[in-house]
Amino acid sequence: MAPWTRRGRLAEGLRTYRLVAGMWVRSTMAYRASFAMTAFGNFAATFLDFAAIMLMFSRVDALGGYPLSEVAFLYGLSAVSFGLTDLGIGSMDRLGRRVRDGTLDTLLVRPAPVLAQVAADRFALRRLGRVTQGALVLGWSLTRVDIDWTADRLLLMPVMVVSGCGIFCAVFVAGAAFQFVAQDASEVQNAFTYGGTTLLQYPPTVFAKELVRGVTFVLPLAFVNWLPATYVLGRPYPLGLPRWLAWAPPLVAVGCCALAGLAWRAGLRSYRSTGS
Amino acid sequence: MGAGRLYAAVAAGGFRRYATYRAATAAGVFTNTVFGLILVYTYRALWDEKPHLGGYDQAQAMTYVWLGQAFLSTLAIGGGGFEDELMERIRTGDVAIDLYRPADLQLWWLAADLGRAFFQFLGRGLIPFVFGALCFPLYLPADAGTWVAFLVAVALAMLVGFGIRYLVALSAFWLLDGTGVMQMAWLAGFFCSGMLLPLNVFPGTLGEVVRVLPWSSLLQAPADILLGHGDPLPTYLRQAAWAAALLGAGRLVQSAATRRVVVQGG
Amino acid sequence: MGEFIALEQVEKVFEVRRKAGFLRRERREVRAVDSLSFTVARGEMVGYIGPNGAGKSTTIKMLTGILTPSGGRLRVAGIDPARERARLAHRIGVVFGQRTTLWWDLPLIDSYRLAHRMYRIPDARYRENLGRLVELLELGELLDVPVRQLSLGQRMRGDIAAALLHDPDVLYLDEPTIGLDVVSKAKVREFLRELNAERGTTVLLTTHDLQDIEQLCSRVMVIDHGRLVYDGPLAGLHEAGESERTLVVDLERELPPVEAPGARVVRVEGPRQWLAFPAGRSAAPVVAHLAARYPLVDLSVREPDIEAVIARMYAERAVS
Repeated sequence: MAPWTRRGRLAEGLRTYRLVAGMWVRSTMAYRASFAMTAFGNFAATFLDFAAIMLMFSRVDALGGYPLSEVAFLYGLSAVSFGLTDLGIGSMDRLGRRVRDGTLDTLLVRPAPVLAQVAADRFALRRLGRVTQGALVLGWSLTRVDIDWTADRLLLMPVMVVSGCGIFCAVFVAGAAFQFVAQDASEVQNAFTYGGTTLLQYPPTVFAKELVRGVTFVLPLAFVNWLPATYVLGRPYPLGLPRWLAWAPPLVAVGCCALAGLAWRAGLRSYRSTGS
Repeated sequence: MGAGRLYAAVAAGGFRRYATYRAATAAGVFTNTVFGLILVYTYRALWDEKPHLGGYDQAQAMTYVWLGQAFLSTLAIGGGGFEDELMERIRTGDVAIDLYRPADLQLWWLAADLGRAFFQFLGRGLIPFVFGALCFPLYLPADAGTWVAFLVAVALAMLVGFGIRYLVALSAFWLLDGTGVMQMAWLAGFFCSGMLLPLNVFPGTLGEVVRVLPWSSLLQAPADILLGHGDPLPTYLRQAAWAAALLGAGRLVQSAATRRVVVQGG
Repeated sequence: MGEFIALEQVEKVFEVRRKAGFLRRERREVRAVDSLSFTVARGEMVGYIGPNGAGKSTTIKMLTGILTPSGGRLRVAGIDPARERARLAHRIGVVFGQRTTLWWDLPLIDSYRLAHRMYRIPDARYRENLGRLVELLELGELLDVPVRQLSLGQRMRGDIAAALLHDPDVLYLDEPTIGLDVVSKAKVREFLRELNAERGTTVLLTTHDLQDIEQLCSRVMVIDHGRLVYDGPLAGLHEAGESERTLVVDLERELPPVEAPGARVVRVEGPRQWLAFPAGRSAAPVVAHLAARYPLVDLSVREPDIEAVIARMYAERAVS
């Protein structure tokens, strides 16, 4: 078999991902009742999440200057991007466990990219619950927000969601790479994944400037929805950045994924040289 | 070995077991701190809009956030207590071995869980709280009496928390796969304990209902005592009543489950 | 083709960080494998043994491309495992005794279907191999059973089949008979013998069970502290240390140590007694003698384990 070329690698990775994810879907179907319950639970968990926001708005009219409809808009965008990523590669935080119990080795002796095998690990359709809830909230907000729908704003919507997935993917992969070094530290990843999506569900005006700067320039989560969404809503971004940055998310996503890919390779290399 | 010493040893074992995972503890502290930060800003915005919401001022609301982060793993509100392990033992049938041990199943797991809770309180709860106290103007009572009263409520909260999760774990005797039940319990716990929003901010009837449910003993009860919002005695009484009811229910379910195991032949 | 697996001065050095004081940690180098050189010819069946932590699994991990060697040269079928892990994967089969690679909740056949596609095995060859493996390993009735319902022995046979569907040239087995009952052990061994004899598959086997080696391997390599300390026929190893087998006797009640010619009691625990006798001799006369004189409930014979043999080997060396 010819050594993988760059494109061949990607195709091989996607093929592996499909194969392994398919096996997991069939595995979960062995426990249908539990699947139904966890799918619903997944939906309900995120629903309660939003219920808390609605409860807040039962007492106030605006949060950080944003009315409920606009907070829901931010919430929906963050939840859909995160939900799709979580559905796709949400089990990457189990890598530390695989390293600890040695089952990562069984993936390394197969003729398939390890990243794809780990990404598809424990693929669970129940995570559709989160995406569904996010989409519902986003849909509801769109009926309420007052947006001047120009062509570029309309185009920015799908660009935003896809780029958001890219950025969150990078966070998941980098987090998994970190677990090669610190196997017990899977919770750190939650701070950036679940913490990240929670942060983005609220308006940037709520948070301290330093925190907003941090998630704009250091860990660029702000490009998932804050920057582009404030543009769509016609609101100023708290840091007073140029408007065209609303179109930066695709570039940011590509950059983040490249960095995460490097981190992954470094992590895997260190695993293969230390075996710990 | 006397019964008391046995359970003390089990509790110490629970404490030590979690103390060995240093990296996991550090990771947890970090995550709790990040979530605390996010929540504290949203609460600040909320109380900016409506000062004295739910009877708290802004400092009290911020204190509530950091208490929540301190209690999340201590009371295993988001899972992560003994219940995964017990359910696994029930599923694999290993629980039969536990039943033949010269120790009571419920007390055994209670002791282990208290050991764990105590460690999580010190190891994971304290640091985010101190971080919050250093970075934000928190409401911290000056008299030692309030703090002691608060700690008593925390201890009772640990009992109630165990009582709920023990019932959840025992459901595995009847259900093949307990993930669903656990997730539901986790959800209810998260929402009804006031982890997302203090229960006294919940509006109308919903607020009245959640304040009566057992989960209100977990976070809201100790928080109210620390924040000078509730009299210790009635609060203790309510917590103790829930603890007794839940542990009693646990006993009943346990004996039903045990009969089941014996009938199946272990 | 002479050298199918070749190692030249292969080393693996780990850096271990140890706690020394409250926050200070000191680094220490551990040589898990130290200038290891050997070759295995195509079609050989080799036992690779040694005490726990001797460097066995580190070697296997380097041979399968999981670990990168720190030094030396290593080739399997002409491939450098660390650099071309995926290409090598098509040429090797790996069975980890205590970690199944089968899909727990799915019928056995599903795991094979995945291998079929993941290894891109041509359809005709897959069908032929599956048919043959199912027959030889007696998996016919198990194909539709979810893996979690299989016994340990059935699962091991299932795992072996999964590792061989893509016709690998070499099979690595890590403790393939651990925890299996006598019948399952015999089945696994018989299959491996046939595989090696008829298809010429090179087999490298790590085990704690001396009988595995006795019945399967003409050649044994012993590794200890990362170095090869013995390479040759098993017989030579046996001579290096005359080993003993153990007869475990369950009596009806507690009795003083029993007496039997050619055996001696080495341990007594309630009604159970342990008798040691030379490995080369049959247990039958001892058993007959005991059965005639004592109230027996149960008997079993334990084979000498590898560690005991190696320990004796060292003892002999120290003397000579």
